[in-house]
Amino acid sequence: MTKPTFFRHSVVPVLTVIAAIIALWYVAALFMNHSMVVADAQLKGLAFTPSATWYRSWALDKPLLPAPHQVVAELWRSTAGLSVTSKRSLVYHGWVTLSATLLGFLLGTLLGIFLAIGIVHQKVMDKSLMPWIIASQTVPILAVAPMLIVVLNAIGISGLLPKALISTYLSFFPVVVGMVKGLRSPEAIHLDLMRTYNADDFQVFTKLRWPASVPFLFASLKVGIAISLIGAIVGELPTGAVAGLGARLLSGSYYGQTIQIWAALFAAAFLAGMLVLVVGWSERIVMRLMGARPERRAA
Amino acid sequence: MPASMDVIDIEALSLTFETGDGPVQALSGIDLKIAKGDFVSFIGPSGCGKTTLLRVIADLEQPTGGSISVNGTTPELARLDRAYGYVFQAPALYPWRTIARNVALPLEIMGLTRAQQEERIARNLALVNLTGFEKKYPWQLSGGMQQRASIARALAVEPDLLLMDEPFGALDEIVRDHLNEQLLQLWAKTKKTVVFVTHSIPEAVYLSTKIVVMSPRPGRIHDIVESDLPRGPRPLDIRETPEFLKLAQRVRDGLRAGHSYDD
Repeated sequence: MTKPTFFRHSVVPVLTVIAAIIALWYVAALFMNHSMVVADAQLKGLAFTPSATWYRSWALDKPLLPAPHQVVAELWRSTAGLSVTSKRSLVYHGWVTLSATLLGFLLGTLLGIFLAIGIVHQKVMDKSLMPWIIASQTVPILAVAPMLIVVLNAIGISGLLPKALISTYLSFFPVVVGMVKGLRSPEAIHLDLMRTYNADDFQVFTKLRWPASVPFLFASLKVGIAISLIGAIVGELPTGAVAGLGARLLSGSYYGQTIQIWAALFAAAFLAGMLVLVVGWSERIVMRLMGARPERRAA
Repeated sequence: MPASMDVIDIEALSLTFETGDGPVQALSGIDLKIAKGDFVSFIGPSGCGKTTLLRVIADLEQPTGGSISVNGTTPELARLDRAYGYVFQAPALYPWRTIARNVALPLEIMGLTRAQQEERIARNLALVNLTGFEKKYPWQLSGGMQQRASIARALAVEPDLLLMDEPFGALDEIVRDHLNEQLLQLWAKTKKTVVFVTHSIPEAVYLSTKIVVMSPRPGRIHDIVESDLPRGPRPLDIRETPEFLKLAQRVRDGLRAGHSYDD
């Protein structure tokens, strides 16, 4: 692939879409905040020219919808502008959320793999567990999270673990579903081959089922890591908004700090993007080590 | 001489599959003896049970009637003893293993030491002319080379019996001719007993010492043709000789007679 086509096929479309979104955003901010500016002007008996009204719509302290540059300024101020140990630093809050996310993701992945291995090898587990696993995901997490936090707090567990457990609760599910499919993915001919070698279940698992399931595992991990982050943020909401991106969202809404909310939202989105990217990179490295044919990208 | 001289001894064997639409008789009244060192082909149209019969010998299917012995014992014990190597229609190589590690797969399961594995990998890859491709992954090889790798994998177990289920069916004719020639040389060199499933008349006649002609619904043996072509490596142009054409004609007649064309 040559550089100019990469530019034309990747950079230009992406930038075009971003520019369109930003333009739309400015228009939306103008419409949503316009009435606030007008009402404020009437209260103070001032008369703004249209262009001044526009300008002020994009510069309110507590707008309904902050303009992009306000969010960017807030993001800059609360990351680069503050010490990372500051309680108002987004890096600090991001780290709090990230640590719960990663712990929950790890636990959820292990739990998911463990359950999938059981389900694939034990018919009883398949029949008895699978309905419960599916049912677990139909319960609204927003309702479960506060109860779990309160119950765990009552028995003396607080801080990182309760939040991580909510991440675990969400992230084990895609791993179970993906790994059950992955561990069952070997073709009949590959399983017959193992049978002709008189291989035992453990050998079939380590030499066939496990390697065959790796692509499925990574697909699950990509979903799992993203919802682990959501789980951690949801877990931060009922704790009284002490620390974490969830806390920033909550305290922002308490005090009408829409710019702060949007900055925290963008920080969370950025974090999720990075996490999915890291999983994607590890997938490529692992698949290359496993001799997979390099993917040919469509031109 | 006792019957144990025969590597495979099948008597009145039948197999009925229970399906959703009721029982389907896949094999019926099969009587067959295969002597040590024979190269036997099963030939017949689709649905004649030739693959099923091979799978019964390999203990991958269970017969519902009759008796069968492999190496003087039951197919199950023969399988547990790793008495045969099985080559499937597709190469069935594990894509995450290199060619060398694919050949090593049965050896790992058998618990051979690394040094023993290396020795067998080198020897069997040389037998199928794949020396130098040890570190390649399956996708880097052509279909014919992949199937040769899978033959090396079957040979690495060092069985006396080789079961081959249409191993060259998916390959083009030129590659197929070439592999047939190599397979005969290999057979002559290793003195193994080979059971080979095919639906190609020239392939069956070229390779075999004995051709089992099967017919469908229910799967049964229609004719057993003993080949009078010389044993051992045969030149490819033997296929132009009158002896060859006569054998091929007999097999073709058998297939035609056994096949009902009303469906």
